[in-house]
Amino acid sequence: MATLELIGLEKSFGATPVLRGIDLEMPDGEMLVIVGASGCGKSTLLRMVAGLERPSAGRVLLDGRDITALDPSQRDIAMVFQNYALYPHMTVFDNMAYGLRIRGLPRADIRRRVEQAAELLGLDALLARKPRMLSGGQRQRVAMGRAIVREPKLFLFDEPLSNLDAKLRVAMRAEIRRLQRRLGVTSLYVTHDQVEAMTLGDRLLVLDQGRAAQLATPMEVFERPADTYVAAFIGSPAMNFLPATLAADGTAAALETDALVPFADGRRDGPDGRPLTLGIRPEHLALAPDGLQIVVELIEPLGSETVVHGRVAQGHQTGDQTLVVKLAGPVPATNRLAVWPIPAQLHVFDRATGQRIDPIGDESAPIRLARTAVAG
Amino acid sequence: MSHAVGIAGPAPRTAATAGERPDWLAHVVLGVGVLLFALPVWLAIAGSTQQSGAILRGDLSLLPGSEGLAAYRRVLLNGELGTQPVWHMLLISGGMALVIAIGKIVISLLSAFAVVFFRFPFRRTAFWIIFITLMLPVEVRIIPTYAVMSQLHLISTFAGLTVPLIASATATLLFRQIFAAIPDELVEAARMDGAGPLRFLRDILIPVSATNIAALFVILFVFGWNQYLWPLLVATTPRLDTIVIGIVRMIGVESETDWAGVMATAVLALIPPVIVVVLMQRWFVSGLTEGEK
Repeated sequence: MATLELIGLEKSFGATPVLRGIDLEMPDGEMLVIVGASGCGKSTLLRMVAGLERPSAGRVLLDGRDITALDPSQRDIAMVFQNYALYPHMTVFDNMAYGLRIRGLPRADIRRRVEQAAELLGLDALLARKPRMLSGGQRQRVAMGRAIVREPKLFLFDEPLSNLDAKLRVAMRAEIRRLQRRLGVTSLYVTHDQVEAMTLGDRLLVLDQGRAAQLATPMEVFERPADTYVAAFIGSPAMNFLPATLAADGTAAALETDALVPFADGRRDGPDGRPLTLGIRPEHLALAPDGLQIVVELIEPLGSETVVHGRVAQGHQTGDQTLVVKLAGPVPATNRLAVWPIPAQLHVFDRATGQRIDPIGDESAPIRLARTAVAG
Repeated sequence: MSHAVGIAGPAPRTAATAGERPDWLAHVVLGVGVLLFALPVWLAIAGSTQQSGAILRGDLSLLPGSEGLAAYRRVLLNGELGTQPVWHMLLISGGMALVIAIGKIVISLLSAFAVVFFRFPFRRTAFWIIFITLMLPVEVRIIPTYAVMSQLHLISTFAGLTVPLIASATATLLFRQIFAAIPDELVEAARMDGAGPLRFLRDILIPVSATNIAALFVILFVFGWNQYLWPLLVATTPRLDTIVIGIVRMIGVESETDWAGVMATAVLALIPPVIVVVLMQRWFVSGLTEGEK
C-alpha cells in the first residue's frame, strides 16, 4: 500500500536527453500505464523507479520517503521483466523464494507465502519444476509470483506480455488486471501496446521523446488527446489528420478541398486562416453523398465492420491526402466513396505545435498534462 | 549395425539407398581411425606385460606376454632405479593437475566476474592486459618466471610447481564470453531480489555456468597433468617428480632400461586423465556445445 511521486525526473545518456522532466503522483492502489513508441524513454523511467538506473535529476518518493539514492533491494519494489528473467537453475519454488531467503525470512513464512502465491496463480502443481520445463505463459506467472511473494509497496511491469502469443496475451492481460485489483498494490506498467494500455490502466502516461505528452484516464486520452502524437498513437486504425485552416470567424475549418467543416462544440480562438490539423478517427466518418470524395484504394472487410483506405479526391484528380474510414457493416466494391465527419467528434490541433485547441470557454475538462515541478 | 547407422542420420540412409556409398565404407574409415589412435596405447599395454629384454631386442609382441601385471606391481610400489615409486609420482601429478585446474578456474572466474559485471576505471585495459598474456605461455616466459620463483624461494616446492601455471588468460576469456551472454535482466532480477555481488556469484552465476566450468575443468586438468617443461625445471628433487618426468627419468642408459616398467608407468599415467574425462563426459560435451538456456 503506497503512493508514488516522481518530481522532475530527468535522465540523459551522455548528451542525449532520454527523459525531460517527468512529474507524476500516484495514489495508493493505482495502476498507471506508461505508453509510447519505442525509444520514448518509458523503460528508462521504470528502471529509474526500480533503482536500476540513476536519474540525472529529480526525485522519487515512495510513500513520502525519498528513495532516489537507494539500492534496488532496499526500495521495497518488485519488478516483472519482459523476458521473465527466471533463474534457470532453480525450481519454481526456489525462484519465488530466493528474494525472501536473502531477506532472512523464517522458513515457514517463506513456504506459506510461496504456496499462497502459487495457488493464486495456479502454479501449485509446478513448484518443483525448472523454468525450461514451463510454457511461456507459465513462466510469466512465475515471474509474477516472484513479485507477489515479496509483498512489495510497488509493482513494476516492463512489457511483461510482449513475449507471449496473441491469445495468451489477452488472457494474461485480464489476469494481471484482476490480480492487481485484488492485491491492491500500486503498479507501474510499461507497454508499447495501446490495447494493453487502454484496458489495463486506471490512468495512462503517454510519453513522447522523453516528455509527458498526456496523463489522463484511458477514455480521456482517447476522447481528448492532448496533441497529434497522442492522437495518432491511441486508437486503431490510427486517426486521420487533414491540414485545414480556421474559417468562418473561428466556427469552422476549411479543408484543402475548400470544403467547410463546422465545429459542433464551439468557436476556436485565432484569426481566420490560422493553420490547423483536423483529426478525425476512422470510425467517426460516415457515408454522406455531398461529403468528401475519396478514391478507394483498399477495402478490408473485418466482418462486423469494414475499413476503407483511400485518398481524398480534388476535383477529378487524386490528391496525396490519405484517408482511412471505418464503416459499420459490409461495403460493396466501389471506386469512389463520399464521407463526412461526425461534427461532435472532431479533434482540432494547432498545425505548428501539434497541441489540441479546445473551444473558447470550454472549462469542462481541461487537459490534464503532467503537472509542473513542485519547488523543493 | 549398419541398420542402426542408417537410422541415426538421414545422410547415410539416402546414400545407401542411392547405392553410392555403402555403410561398410564408413565403418572401415572409422575402424582405421580407431586403430591408428589405439595402437600405440595397445602397444604400451602389451609391452608392459612382457619381459624387458624382449622389447630391447625389438621383438615386441602384440599379444600380452608372460609377465602379467608384475611390472605394474614393481613400478607402482618401488619405482625404478633412482625414481620415486609410481604411486608417489601419480600423487604429485594428480595434486598438481587438480591445483592448477581449480586454481585457474577460481582466478579466471573472479577476474571475468570483475571485468564483466563491475564498472571500474581501466576495466578495458585490465582485460586487454590479461588477454595479451595469451601470447606468453610458460615456455616463453620460463626464464623470468624461474627467476621470480627462485627469489621467492619456491624452487623445489609444490607451490613453485603449480602457482606459475595458474594464471590463465584462456579461461578468463572463456568466462568473460559466458558471463557476457547472461541476460542483463537476470542480473537485474537478482539485484531486485537483494542479492549482493558475492551472493549473485555464488547463487546465480556459478550454477548457471556449471556445465562450462565442468568442461573447462576437464581441459585444464589434462593440461596440468601433461606439464613437462616447467616441472622439469623447477622440481629439482625426485620427491616432486611428476609422472611425466618420472617416465623420462626411467629411460636411463639404453641397455639398463626396464622397458616393461616404462610401459606400465605410461599406462598408469594414462588412467587418471581418462577417468576425469569419462566421469565428466556428459557435462563436458554439453558445456562445449550448448549454452545454458
